[in-house]
Amino acid sequence: MGGWDRFVDTFFNAKVMEKYLPDILSGVVVTIELALLIVVSGLAAGLALALLRSLGVRPLNWLIVFVVDLFRSLPPLVIIVLMYFGLPYAGPSPSGFVSTWLSLALVLMAFSEEIFWAGITSIPRGQWEASRSTGLSYSQTLFNVILPQAFRLTIPPLTNRTIAITKGTALGTVVAVTEILGQASSAVSNSYNPSPLMMGAAAYIVLFLPVVVAARWIEAKFAWKR
Amino acid sequence: MSQKHIVEARGIHKHFGPLHVLKGVDLEVKERELVFIIGPSGSGKSTLLRCLNRLEEPTSGSVMVDGIDMLSPKTDINHARQRIGMVFQSFNLYPHMTALGNVTLALRKVAGKSRAEAEAIARQALERVGLADRADHTPGQLSGGQQQRVAIARSIALEPRVMLFDEPTSALDPELVGSVLEVMRSLRESGMTMIVVSHEMGFARNAADRVVFMDNGLIVEQGPPAAIFETPAHERTRAFIGQIQRH
Ligand SMILES: Nc1ncnc2c1ncn2[C@@H]1O[C@H](COP(=O)(O)OP(=O)(O)OP(=O)(O)O)[C@@H](O)[C@H]1O
Ligand SMILES: [Mg+2]
Repeated sequence: MGGWDRFVDTFFNAKVMEKYLPDILSGVVVTIELALLIVVSGLAAGLALALLRSLGVRPLNWLIVFVVDLFRSLPPLVIIVLMYFGLPYAGPSPSGFVSTWLSLALVLMAFSEEIFWAGITSIPRGQWEASRSTGLSYSQTLFNVILPQAFRLTIPPLTNRTIAITKGTALGTVVAVTEILGQASSAVSNSYNPSPLMMGAAAYIVLFLPVVVAARWIEAKFAWKR
Repeated sequence: MSQKHIVEARGIHKHFGPLHVLKGVDLEVKERELVFIIGPSGSGKSTLLRCLNRLEEPTSGSVMVDGIDMLSPKTDINHARQRIGMVFQSFNLYPHMTALGNVTLALRKVAGKSRAEAEAIARQALERVGLADRADHTPGQLSGGQQQRVAIARSIALEPRVMLFDEPTSALDPELVGSVLEVMRSLRESGMTMIVVSHEMGFARNAADRVVFMDNGLIVEQGPPAAIFETPAHERTRAFIGQIQRH
């Protein structure tokens, strides 16, 4: 066997790949479920916090800033581990899946709140004044005038964060979540062959490349001529 | 009272923290009157205008517009503001909407018009400011003068009883000022009540009914344009007018 053949046999071993394909695919399903849950709940919670913060209630804002700073500074893995191994001492014992979901959703919430907030505050005061002077209420102004402009500014940093945090689903392996990486690494140890890891890598590309492309498309769609 | 006052502001005080910006201003404006407000930078002209539609909350005093007590907590302020158009120095058009979208927003959300009704009214308003053919342009595709005229259309589409202008031409290149003043003149001819903060003395001379000179949070004097410009009673007015005319 030549070097090239040995390389292919080791990293892209057809027999091993065929055998573990179903496992990887089930991992893909789990990763997609996790990722969707994290993105939807994390972004929704982040936007909700930013909107609450825009009301300008002092004590509430201190609380929001504290929560946001906390979850921005803790490593996601620490949050997952604390939730999975620590929370049961306080009562609830979430599964590995739920721990990973909630932990990463909280992290995404924290980062996206900051991004949404920066977007909202970057809109000039004159936009508020013009809208309010024609009789639109606070919330009508927020939803019709401010947020559409703020979203446009937030899309690039938001997609970067969202993708980075969703890739953190791989951290679920430490709490026995059978997502792509979990499936791939147990397949590697069972087969003594790294091919499943290559399949896992391919699965991540297949999953996340469309997200990156979609993000670019949304960015272009939201851009308007200045 | 021969003619009804459409705007009655009495004893307006405004503090920004330690800063006492309006120190008891009374302003009455009759229906169809065009009142010009002039005065040095920082004298409180913008703040006074913004107290009239309650963009700024006066610290004390009363503001009646078209019979509505603007400062009463019982007043539906969003409803009341429809009667008071406001045009800003920096246009403040919504950059993510077309000219038509800018004009229809409040018609739909506040006046409760259907999309079709709102668009018909908006097209008429754009026609009045000479921009019927720019309805589908976004602010970024319009010149400053055109943007300001769209902003005027956004206000007049709501059929306000009074219009406030805060330095509507000061952000414009000189060659674009004329088109905006032209629109303001035609508004005046249609009988709109207008309160204008501006240093366009030429326009004040031949369009204003009354010129109000403010300094340091107070109205120093007021009267017909000729009287204020030619024979001001106060030294401060004279100094300010001299300064403006030297430019
Ligand atoms: N939101 C605010 N907070 C604090 N101070 C303010 C605020 N708005 C205005 N001021 C202050 O109030 C004073 C009057 O401001 P105002 O804008 O009414 O003056 P103006 O006569 O319109 O001046 P200009 O000709 O420069 O527009 C200024 O000293 C200004 O700095
Ligand atoms: Mg001003």
